[in-house]
Amino acid sequence: MKLTLKIWRQAGPDAKGAMVDYPIDGISEDMSFLEMLDVLNDKLIREGQDPVAFDHDCREGICGMCSLYINGRPHGPERHITTCQLHMRKFKDGDTIYVEPWRSAAFPVIKDLAVDRGAFDRIQAAGGFVSVNTMGNLVDANALPVPKAHSDKAFDAAACIGCGACVAACPNGSAMLFVSAKVSQYALLPQGRPEAKERALNMVEQMDAEGFGNCTNIGACSIECPKDISLENIARLNREYLVAEMTKES
Amino acid sequence: MARQGLFGSSLIKKYWMALTGLFLISFLVVHAAVNAMIYFNDGGVTFNKWAHFMGTNLIIRTMEIVLFLGLILHVVDGIILTRQNRAARPTRYAYSQPNANSKWYSRSMAILGILILLFLIVHLWHFWVPSRHIVGSLEPYGVDAAGQDNLFALMQLVFSNPVPVVIYVLGCFALFWHLLHGFKSAFQSLGLNHRRYNGLIAGVGTAFSIIVPVLFASMPVSMYLGLVK
Repeated sequence: MKLTLKIWRQAGPDAKGAMVDYPIDGISEDMSFLEMLDVLNDKLIREGQDPVAFDHDCREGICGMCSLYINGRPHGPERHITTCQLHMRKFKDGDTIYVEPWRSAAFPVIKDLAVDRGAFDRIQAAGGFVSVNTMGNLVDANALPVPKAHSDKAFDAAACIGCGACVAACPNGSAMLFVSAKVSQYALLPQGRPEAKERALNMVEQMDAEGFGNCTNIGACSIECPKDISLENIARLNREYLVAEMTKES
Repeated sequence: MARQGLFGSSLIKKYWMALTGLFLISFLVVHAAVNAMIYFNDGGVTFNKWAHFMGTNLIIRTMEIVLFLGLILHVVDGIILTRQNRAARPTRYAYSQPNANSKWYSRSMAILGILILLFLIVHLWHFWVPSRHIVGSLEPYGVDAAGQDNLFALMQLVFSNPVPVVIYVLGCFALFWHLLHGFKSAFQSLGLNHRRYNGLIAGVGTAFSIIVPVLFASMPVSMYLGLVK
């Protein structure tokens, strides 16, 4: 396959970036999108040029590291996949492909296509956990009954890999789908209930402080989510937060 | 960002948007019902009776103030949300395909809201300002067959000109798109999302978004065509 890539190049966080054209040839349609970028970088290095920086890790769709806004959509044109799961057979010979980083005030560009998603880590640290006593007196996992429907929904929410596609897709740059998945996965389980109010309040406070936009129920996040996280989770966070805000103990 | 306050967090802003939106929706029902009295086609006697009631009843006049406060809150909240949301993406994408994952009207609530607000200013100037004696009064339009103030005659006068008729119909279009997203969205914002009721909310929302603007738009059109006399 012969392609023209239009890639965002930016030397550093404060540098001015621009879209740069890269013609590329000899791409197999069995390659993943990331492997295609590997071929490009190999060529750039051989020519003594600076390779394109992009995030990647597991390359099997479970780590959430690969990002990329490809041809106007997060993770490219296919639904329910990450960029490492996107194959070149989804494109046609001679195509022009736009490759851009996630665009969000809360995800500053580090270099080229790599952005700093530390904001998600700080939101997680603000409440995305269950406090447990680790002094040896652990409770048997099956001692607490959990309704099947709840454990299923908690599991669905826990499928979130924190890739940031929701933020990248949202016209408002909102992180509500991510935060709502993290809040939901604990809110649905008995182990998460004692800290549920504080969790909802603190994670939303951190989300706002990071500079993400406000959710206006557009729904682009859920459509573009590689793990198909439902808008039902955002409604759950709206409920959890409303109750927490009105009934918090202090 | 502080958690407390009227517009404290992103979610509190969202609740206000939903609550004021639903309140404004309830107003649309009352407004459409009263206006539909012109379809008695009795020279405006029934309509004028209700218009007089709406303009003089103490509870209605009090609610009128609450309505303006609700509208102002809805607009101010919308301005704050829009400004913050634009700031959340300082660098635009060079190439984007938003239609692949969302509806244009869901993304255009601010623009549709501005259009509705502009329409509202024209609309209030036409009818609310004279009927509440803020500037002018209904006196130049005489009385109807029952001897009542004739707001109906003012409607006939305004809608004898095609320009206001077109403006009103366009205003109704903006309202249609705004409601099509807003009605459903208000329920989601308040956390009311359940598989059992989502279909009902979406169905009622779509029906409401069509019926109410069509009813409103039919009034200037039928007056211009002389169907209501």
